[in-house]
Amino acid sequence: MTTKKEILKYAFIQTLPVLFGYVFMGIAFGILLEEAGYNFVWALFISLTVYSGSMQFVLIGLLGGGMGIISMIILTLSVQCRHIFYGLSFIEKFKAMGKRGWYMVFSLTDETYSLLCGMKIPEELNKKKVFFAVAVLDQSYWVLGCTIGGILGSFIGFDTTGIDFAMTALFVVIFIEQWYSFPSHIPAIIGICCGTAALIIFGANAFILPALIASVCLLLLLKNTIVKQDDCQEACE
Amino acid sequence: MSSSLFTPFLITLLVAGLTFLTRFLPFALFGGGKKVPAIIQALGELLPPAVMAILVVYCLRNVSIMTAPHGLPEFIAIGIVAILHIWKRNNLLSIGGGTVIYMVLVQMIF
Repeated sequence: MTTKKEILKYAFIQTLPVLFGYVFMGIAFGILLEEAGYNFVWALFISLTVYSGSMQFVLIGLLGGGMGIISMIILTLSVQCRHIFYGLSFIEKFKAMGKRGWYMVFSLTDETYSLLCGMKIPEELNKKKVFFAVAVLDQSYWVLGCTIGGILGSFIGFDTTGIDFAMTALFVVIFIEQWYSFPSHIPAIIGICCGTAALIIFGANAFILPALIASVCLLLLLKNTIVKQDDCQEACE
Repeated sequence: MSSSLFTPFLITLLVAGLTFLTRFLPFALFGGGKKVPAIIQALGELLPPAVMAILVVYCLRNVSIMTAPHGLPEFIAIGIVAILHIWKRNNLLSIGGGTVIYMVLVQMIF
């Protein structure tokens, strides 16, 4: 028999890297949201319900309205479609967790996914309880960071002009990670070309939807070439 | 709740609902051991790098190349984020370092 305390202790140590990442990014999010005119109650509400790093940053720009509902739906689904792959690895495991399995599905972020995949849980600990503890801890770090950021943002003393660049930097970092993880760089290049071309043609307020649609079409057209290139590279390595 | 808060409230719920949908989809569709359709599999794998590139463009959509400072602070800071990240592969360092440098650039230099 293991106690709750031992499970929590194990989960806490495993989640330490996420603690720093989430609190830091959460604070940046909270400050930006406050600057956009939404106080820490919004940061708390959004981090509890949406709970997704990259999408929450995109959401700040959507809150004021101005983007059509169809564009918003397609944008959200495109940013989040990677989640489909995360779930695939855990279908049986989460099912076995009953009601808590629903929370596991909801809280399967990039970081939680990579922790769940990578953990080598000791035999004596209850695996399901460790999974749940990791998921809950991760979200509490995120909620904490976002809320602190929202509060800080309301009475920050120094000039915060330019702090919104944190969002650009986040996407650049994820982009570089993906550049490395795919042997074929065609999808990344398609994104740059479609994004830039659509921006020039349709302008700043209407380019996202055409850019996404063009990318999907090109990716489907070039699918076989890209996959072939990937297989070939993998075989060489 | 006033209407100026109601719209953002609804937008948040919409985004939250769609996010949950993408997380729930594999369980709903393939919980019974069915095979994932090839087209979904392919898009889920290939779309993320393209979307991230579009989001970087999205962040830069209001930067004007034609007028001063010609997007220089943005491009310098992105270059620094990229160099830091390729060098150390540490998210906090790359994002934190790039943001601080961008803030210095727009507040003091340009």
